[in-house]
Amino acid sequence: MNRRLLALAAFALATSARAETIAIVDARLMTMAAAGEIERGTILIRDGCIVAIGPAVTVPAGTKVIDGRGGTVTPGFLQADSTLGAVEVSQVPASTDRATHSAAISAGFDLSLGLNPDSILLPVSRLAGITHAVATPLYDDRAGRDLQFAGQAAVIDLAQGPAMITRPRAAMVLEMGEGGAERAGGARAAAIVALKAALADVRHFASHRADYDRGKGRPQKLSRIDLEALIPVAEGRMPLIVKVDRASDIREIIALAREEKLRVILDGAEEGWRVATDIAAAGLPVIVDPLANLPRSFSELGATMENAARLHAAGVTVIIKTGSGTAHRARELRYGAGNAVAYGLPHDVAVAAITINPARVFGVADRVGSLEAGRLADLVLWNGDPLEPLSQPQAIFVEGAEKPLTARPLELRDRYLPRAP
Amino acid sequence: MSVRAVTVLAALALAGCAAGERPQPAVSPAAEVQGPLVAPNPYPATYRPPAAGRVALVGATVLTAAGDEIANGTVLMDRGKIVAVGPDLAVPDGYARIDARGRWITPGVIDAHSHLGVWSQPDTVEANNDVNEMTDPNTAQVWAEHSVWPQDPGFDTAREAGVTTMMVLPGSANLFGGRTVTLKNVPSVTMQGMKFPGAPYGLKIACGENPKRVYGGRGRSPATRMGNVAGYRKAWIDAQDYARRQDKWEKGGRVGDGPKRDLQLETLAGVLKGEILVQNHCYRADEMANMIDIAREFGFSIRAFHHANEAYKIAPLLAKEDICVATWASWWGYKMEVYDALEENAALVHAAGGCAIIHSDDAILVQHLNQEAAAALSSAWRAGIPIARADAIRWITANPAKALGIADKVGTLEPGKNADVVLWSADPFSIYARAEKVWIDGAVVFDRADPACRRHSDLLLGQPGDTQ
Repeated sequence: MNRRLLALAAFALATSARAETIAIVDARLMTMAAAGEIERGTILIRDGCIVAIGPAVTVPAGTKVIDGRGGTVTPGFLQADSTLGAVEVSQVPASTDRATHSAAISAGFDLSLGLNPDSILLPVSRLAGITHAVATPLYDDRAGRDLQFAGQAAVIDLAQGPAMITRPRAAMVLEMGEGGAERAGGARAAAIVALKAALADVRHFASHRADYDRGKGRPQKLSRIDLEALIPVAEGRMPLIVKVDRASDIREIIALAREEKLRVILDGAEEGWRVATDIAAAGLPVIVDPLANLPRSFSELGATMENAARLHAAGVTVIIKTGSGTAHRARELRYGAGNAVAYGLPHDVAVAAITINPARVFGVADRVGSLEAGRLADLVLWNGDPLEPLSQPQAIFVEGAEKPLTARPLELRDRYLPRAP
Repeated sequence: MSVRAVTVLAALALAGCAAGERPQPAVSPAAEVQGPLVAPNPYPATYRPPAAGRVALVGATVLTAAGDEIANGTVLMDRGKIVAVGPDLAVPDGYARIDARGRWITPGVIDAHSHLGVWSQPDTVEANNDVNEMTDPNTAQVWAEHSVWPQDPGFDTAREAGVTTMMVLPGSANLFGGRTVTLKNVPSVTMQGMKFPGAPYGLKIACGENPKRVYGGRGRSPATRMGNVAGYRKAWIDAQDYARRQDKWEKGGRVGDGPKRDLQLETLAGVLKGEILVQNHCYRADEMANMIDIAREFGFSIRAFHHANEAYKIAPLLAKEDICVATWASWWGYKMEVYDALEENAALVHAAGGCAIIHSDDAILVQHLNQEAAAALSSAWRAGIPIARADAIRWITANPAKALGIADKVGTLEPGKNADVVLWSADPFSIYARAEKVWIDGAVVFDRADPACRRHSDLLLGQPGDTQ
């Protein structure tokens, strides 16, 4: 975090653009904070920070005014399951850094270390209102498929500045269910046994570190790198994202989280609605893809467009994502939220599910996810309902800096636009 | 739900839902054999339009896909056909009246690029993957219809999203992937019961990375794009030779034994005769230009480029050649040849006077083609290209009908067309719009308010899912 704050401070000093006062006036404000939704109000931004927000904010002379009439301001969106910054062209391996097949680096794979702030995918996603993402490692399975953990996810911003990591090592990523079973030798039970064994090994390692340093630890399946990385997970300090879909698998994970005192975030959970009350009682947040309504496997026979709405109705904290490990198509996030609304999720909850909910769950709500005085301006002005495809952003601020409404595809478009006669 | 005035005829049209019944396979009519060489239709459609009554949808905003947006519009359907569309039409006697005020009506959605049934759910199960006969760069002899599993739950979810017709294609691993088949999205136990009567076949051709990766990776041709082109040209030379020998025998009075039938060459010869439409997976602008030259070299035409994410770079050429462009708004970057994709692709093709189509290629996206068209339309407006909803709706209706060769039957709400109709809860370009009711040939195949419209697929029966 220090690295990040220093860089931010340097950036603030170096750019005159930040040293100005900007007001977005007469817009509908979805604050995602205590103020709720303000039908018509003003946000005053000075030096990149929100200094005032509300229905009756005085705009000082000399302020650059952005007319928000007919528009809506939301916090910047957060795509919760993405590989933004870690991929340029999916099928060009050298342009991707999403996964490792190194046998020694599983849980220890820290995705925050190799990301690319110059990726052309970042401004493309920004144009869809996304200002942050959880960059999430994928599995690179090879023969044997024995990597237990995909690695550690990081929260990143899409400002394209040199310090793109909002929060490194924000969560550990583990797939259970069918994928976990296959990696554990072909059965779900084996995956659960292997996970418990790994946690026991991590705890033994953490409490006998001196023995291991002297070469007197007990034999370990995981590498030392992986053991180190898993200590905060075993101690309940680092959330464990568990990708799982079948209702029975979710129940197993709820029980395991309770026994092992893990902070679990369920990811996918396509049959989550069938065990929604159990999930709510356990207090586990769920990352849902609202469009995932197909029985793509025998673990997803209960998939439905109403999953998000039903989980919310049961009291579960819902985070909306689109796709899995999405990067190029990360920009469809707001459409995913809109579809969840079409299938029963209240509109304000859908917006929370792509702003404040993921910000809280991933530990960045102090800087992302809501509109409040004292926060960095991280927001988007839309010319209509932000979840509608026919709406477009009119202004985008990422962590205090206003970003241009452009990206490589738009430059390409302009090159080929028919010339006026 | 809408207020329904019930009449005897209305009961015929409204009661029950085709999706809730258990359709029985019809007996195939005898194959029409025209000679020993070619059996043009050995797997004929057994689909027959069900009995449908007279229905009036009253008071909706109607996008006809023939260029109009009609406020307070009425659509009249009579025994499976559209008979009238207009503002404030009087509803004649004998019509069941459906109050559609506050709602929107479009033609049934047509997906020009589908793998439903040939790569069925659960699609992670290898046994359900019958999309790519990845054994030779030329598999023009295979027919997608022989892979179609009518129980694919994806047909049901697509129907619930207003999709009434789709072209199912073989995959793109091969230079020549095989024949396509056009299906009506009706519940059926057999493929023949879904087959669109009278729809022409297509031939799937693939450009670019896929064939050269698949076969180059096996140390055989094609390993390069020039290898791809050599592969196409060799096949067309063989097809010309086959067609010539066949014609000679036919014109010579069919004396003696004719040339032996060859399934692969028969399909290619069908293209040369103009009976089979070329459906060409091709991303890059320069490759599309090469394919146009190949078509000219061998005397056939290309009906549509699919995916075609660089169509915007040659939009005037494609318009001049009258080749449709079936593409996405949001998909890009998954491989090198799609790095330059734009959300505006369809809009730029449209603005050049071309035939733009938004397609799916995906069992999820097929359920959101109206939203994908909305994303494309939104990008047009962002670019300052004024396209009306009334025109953009053609991207998922009239234009795919043209690409599939069925524009005389479906794709617009015009008198005489099949009554394939979607009643939407809202503007179909809104993310919140849902298909409330769907008709195919005047028969209700989906009604969100009617529990009888449960999902058809046998796979989900007795399972934990939402089978209603």
